[in-house]
Amino acid sequence: MQHGKYRFIAGFLAAPLALYALFVVWPFVQSIYYSFTDWTGLSPDFSLVGLDNYARLWDDDVFWASLRHSLLFALLLPVLTIGLALFFAFMINVGGRPRRGAAVSGVRGSSFYKIAYFFPQVLSIAIVALLFQFAYNPESGAINSGLRAVGLGGVQPLWLGDPDLALWCVMAVLVWSTVGFFVVLFSAGMASIPRDFYEAALLDGAGRITTFFRITLPLLRDTIQSGWVYMGILALGAESFAVVQIMTTGPGGPDYSTTVLVLYVYQSAFRDGAAAYATTIGVALLVVTLAFAAAVMRLGRRERLEY
Amino acid sequence: MKTTETSPAPAAEPLPHEVKAGRSGAGPGEGGWRGRGRVLNAFSHGVLVLWAFMVVMPLLWAVMTSFKDDDAIFSSPWSLPDRLHFENWSRAWSQAHMSDYFLNTVLVVAGSLAGTLLLGSMAAYVLARFDFPGNRFLYFLFIGGMSFPIMLALVPLFFVLNNIQLLNTLHGLILVYIAYSLPFTVFFLTAFFRTLPTSVAEAALIDGASHTRTFFQVMLPMAKPGLISVGIFNFLGQWNQYMLPTVLNTEPEHKVLSQGLVQLAVSQGYKGDWSGLFAGLVMAMLPVLAAYAVFQRQVVAGLTAGALK
Repeated sequence: MQHGKYRFIAGFLAAPLALYALFVVWPFVQSIYYSFTDWTGLSPDFSLVGLDNYARLWDDDVFWASLRHSLLFALLLPVLTIGLALFFAFMINVGGRPRRGAAVSGVRGSSFYKIAYFFPQVLSIAIVALLFQFAYNPESGAINSGLRAVGLGGVQPLWLGDPDLALWCVMAVLVWSTVGFFVVLFSAGMASIPRDFYEAALLDGAGRITTFFRITLPLLRDTIQSGWVYMGILALGAESFAVVQIMTTGPGGPDYSTTVLVLYVYQSAFRDGAAAYATTIGVALLVVTLAFAAAVMRLGRRERLEY
Repeated sequence: MKTTETSPAPAAEPLPHEVKAGRSGAGPGEGGWRGRGRVLNAFSHGVLVLWAFMVVMPLLWAVMTSFKDDDAIFSSPWSLPDRLHFENWSRAWSQAHMSDYFLNTVLVVAGSLAGTLLLGSMAAYVLARFDFPGNRFLYFLFIGGMSFPIMLALVPLFFVLNNIQLLNTLHGLILVYIAYSLPFTVFFLTAFFRTLPTSVAEAALIDGASHTRTFFQVMLPMAKPGLISVGIFNFLGQWNQYMLPTVLNTEPEHKVLSQGLVQLAVSQGYKGDWSGLFAGLVMAMLPVLAAYAVFQRQVVAGLTAGALK
């Protein structure tokens, strides 16, 4: 059985590991090193400059604006998305008309809702962003002309053009596109909770809302927690990059009101020719991401319930 | 995309917990809050219908808009098209290079999906089934990639790819997609391989099959459900990928669908061809939505499987 075991292990790991090391691990290591240099990305020459980039970061208003928006995304988006999704999942699975003998019942058409809510999840975030960019258009967009059609012609916000509104418009798109995923996820979680628990709660005279908070929510805790981390990482990374870069003017505008860390890394490296500085911002993003994940995991740490 | 038509069929199907309902007599305490239940029921239907409307409406609106001419798009965004302007679609397909973007996306995703599944299952199998020094370290090295901000690595990666002549090429993009899909794939498949019984593989080895042969002829077929789930997950992720190609693949002829659409939005903005853009958007939307409608159960299972572990 042991014959050739190590040769086999090495043979199977070589290709995936080499690819992963070259394209993922090595660039991460490099970028942390580059954050201590004055590398521009345009020429191969650079020298070590110590903490100069970090000092520059400290005085950079755009960086602080990006950090603020990224933190807002990481804190608010999971709360909004997961809160809404729990609410919808509860409605779908427990909000149905009471039936004889059933402690809780789903609404009619619950599978239709789950199918429809999931639609945005299969679309590219680029398509979603383009669609909403058009809907938000102040003159001819669907939202403002809809407002005009129902007699609210006086209410014509600039949406993405308004520095006070733009960030919220972007967030709304991210919520819109991710809620469905969590509805389906939580519904699956709710379906795996044994019916006996609900029946026992019912025998003890608990109402459905109490049942939700005392039984469903605690038993969904692990699912909610991993969903929370997943959503936070998306909100700090790829998803927020796509929506901000595609939808906002600048991108990141108007007046830096929507810029986020991941976008600022991209712009510094590939627009401003400041690759080393970009990696410094990236290191800040790494710290925020890891701190976020650690905080959520720590807050949610508890004995695992087996059922 | 007539989503509403699907509603009667699934609704008629009894839900798992509804089946149990007819079992015994009236549940205790039921009579007390029957009235409240009605209110809750009406309220929940109202909220659910509203959100369904908010989700489906923008998509239907995009389909409708893709059949209008430019004047109508701007003057009356909510009215139905005067006639079906199919020329928008042909213009988007040929002149706006949607056909090229489609072809590039198909090539890249076909290559990277096959590569991801092959390399991912090889690594996961070894990590799940063999004890060797460094096993834990390699496992955490792989899954650590899930929580790191990819953009940080993309800055040096851009220059690494440039040096080895892989920047702005489709095969370079395939390799990058594979590398960045490995963390989740390895995480998911390692868990999956651990659940498979060891006895079958042992029997194969005793019968004289090599480790390699055991993997390809015994273990991979047994892992098929896991491969399908993670395959769907990666397919959607790679098909819809926007950030990686935006940074690493800027050559106009090599653009993939998501980038191509953004490019189209910028250039059509100058030309004023919004109807062409909407036709392009809908063209990109429909295949994925159609595939989802058909493989609905598998897609949902594939996308939620990781988080439920």
